[in-house]
Amino acid sequence: MKKSSVLLFALLGFNASAHADLNVFACEPEWAALSRELGGDKLHVSVATTALQDPHHVQARPSLITRLRKADLLICTGADLEIGWLPVLLRRAGNARVQPGQPGYLEAASAVPLRERPARLDRAQGDVHPQGNPHIQTDPHNIARVARVLSRRLMQLDGENSAYYEQRSARFMKRWKEALANWDRQGAALKGMPVVVQHNGWTYLLHWLGLERIATLEPKPGVPPSSADLTRVLALLKQTPARAVIRAAYQDGRPSAWLSERAEIPELVLPFTVGGDDQSGDLFQLYDRTLELLLSAAGS
Amino acid sequence: MKYRFSMLLLGSMICAPLGVRAETAQDIQQLKQQLADIQKNYQAQIKRLESRIEELENQQRQEQPAPAPVAEQSRPNAFNPAIALTLNARYQSFRHDRGDDIPGFSTAGEAGNGSQGFSLGESELNFQSNIDDLLFGNLTLSLADEDGSTSAELEEAWIQTLAMPGDLTLKAGRFFSAIAYMNERHSHTDDFADRPLPYRAMLNGRYLDDGLQLRWLAPTDTFLEFGGELLRGAQYPAGGSAHQGLGSWSLFAHAGGDVGLSNSWLAGLSYLSVDARERESGDEDNPDLFSGNSDLVIADLVWKWAPMGNPYRHNAVLQGGLFWRDESGRFKPSAVDWLPYDGRQFGWYAQMAYQFRPNWRIGIRGSGLYADDNGSRFDGTSLDTLGHDPWDVSLMVDWSHSEFSRLRLQYTHDEAQSLSDDRFILQYIVSLGAHGAHQF
Repeated sequence: MKKSSVLLFALLGFNASAHADLNVFACEPEWAALSRELGGDKLHVSVATTALQDPHHVQARPSLITRLRKADLLICTGADLEIGWLPVLLRRAGNARVQPGQPGYLEAASAVPLRERPARLDRAQGDVHPQGNPHIQTDPHNIARVARVLSRRLMQLDGENSAYYEQRSARFMKRWKEALANWDRQGAALKGMPVVVQHNGWTYLLHWLGLERIATLEPKPGVPPSSADLTRVLALLKQTPARAVIRAAYQDGRPSAWLSERAEIPELVLPFTVGGDDQSGDLFQLYDRTLELLLSAAGS
Repeated sequence: MKYRFSMLLLGSMICAPLGVRAETAQDIQQLKQQLADIQKNYQAQIKRLESRIEELENQQRQEQPAPAPVAEQSRPNAFNPAIALTLNARYQSFRHDRGDDIPGFSTAGEAGNGSQGFSLGESELNFQSNIDDLLFGNLTLSLADEDGSTSAELEEAWIQTLAMPGDLTLKAGRFFSAIAYMNERHSHTDDFADRPLPYRAMLNGRYLDDGLQLRWLAPTDTFLEFGGELLRGAQYPAGGSAHQGLGSWSLFAHAGGDVGLSNSWLAGLSYLSVDARERESGDEDNPDLFSGNSDLVIADLVWKWAPMGNPYRHNAVLQGGLFWRDESGRFKPSAVDWLPYDGRQFGWYAQMAYQFRPNWRIGIRGSGLYADDNGSRFDGTSLDTLGHDPWDVSLMVDWSHSEFSRLRLQYTHDEAQSLSDDRFILQYIVSLGAHGAHQF
């Protein structure tokens, strides 16, 4: 009897994991990766989505409720990106530590000035975000901004280890600054490169590198392009050619493949976040890889 | 900028004494001396200010990496709850209009098929918001048109704790009971235009009541939740608010998890026990009455598939449930005297909705019922099974241009009665206002 109940507990995973000091629930892979950089082995990081999932449309799965129940810190993009699923998780998990307003609740977008705040709020405009475009992780400068806030939050939540977090944060920021300088230098070659994007998830990337957006395949944010939309973009490209069509790894590949073939420009599947392809295993590799892909298109 | 400012200052210092006539060399010398003093003094002061500015700027940079502009000033309506409106309407066409009876079951008002032709469904108005850091509140008003007059029904009005210790969540007020998967959810989130037979026959579409609900989330990696409800017992399948308004209680357990990246599931096992006092069912003006115990056990399973967890292009939702009900007490069919009654019933449903391309879904569903034969005393009453086991099968296709709109066509072959029927339903469901988050 006793043995079987022990077995049951083991099967169900009753607190089976080795004890890290803080449980972190990250909505997106980039914030999980950043938490690992800043918290090292003091954190047990769990990520709600993968790079192959559309963070707008994630189901509030039971497994996410149990993971959020244990969390000491929730880090999500915010700016309504997770509005379709996170509120349900927060209500069902009943975890006081990670409710909005608590130190355990952190929206990365709060550390970054958001672009494309809509002047007009109307669902006829598609899936618009009232606070601005939430896809901040496409610019590595924003990662530094979020890192400052996140490391301070870790120190606040886990005061015992604050020296550790401070040291890791300083080391990360130093490495990141060097990497930023390198990326900025590499990216200078891309300035003014005309591109087509599938979803307007690249606003911060375009702005960082000074790329010129010729067209967006989605007629409105979140609305899949019809063949008429694609034909219109193709006609536009005849007059104003672009060097590449960009989409995220999680997006439907057909619209950009269609355009790539007919407009005879390369289709660039950028990782969008950590884990978006095999070469994007961490935050440093993410931007190395993004720039590598963009530069290959610029050179072709 | 700072240098330009200091040059300007110095310039004005120089210009001012120029206007004065210097009469002697001594005067000039003296003025030069004064000027040099002022210059020195100001330079020191400027330097001090500059370093102070730099210091403050550094401090600010550290404190606020990039302050997001706060556009909204205080407004009296800034704390309004999130308001969402759900509208739906339908066109129905029946080959035969055989009424709403399901032989062997005495059903209540919401179990029917509705009327033919155009009709407006329930228009729902939902308000929800955090009340404070401990409580969340929700209110749903349902507006329906009944025989030409509009009736407003208070569908849900509850509060729920957000941060109770011990992984507990307490809900109080009027709410949908958590005894079955669909029961907890609003019908506008369903995959079909109507509910399967066991829901209609045994729960009047959905069971909602006034009371308390307590849930406990187990500290496991697998989702495991246990809960119970204590309810007034005023609504079908209860009725009459027995035991001074504590006529109904339930226990439920939910388990769920993921299988790989693409599959996730949720299973439930529930028990509902009600003590009904003159529960009305059947014809509204001349109802059947039931007094006694009604016990219901429900087992259900939902399985969702989305390739790599990405439901945008393709996804499928499989769902099924088994219902066992045992009712014992006294039954008074309309226009007949009270009869001793002890009967058991069984129901099942299974359905699948498959999104085969973005925005488009098809679905198939079957459901059926079985009821004990209650003997010749019940001949001619609603509990007379007529030797027939009800079943139906439905096909549907729906199209959602966005998350907020859905247009659906459903066909049902209905063998609920001993004579069959075929029904077509064309329906729209739209939601306006706040973007509600979706339950699994």
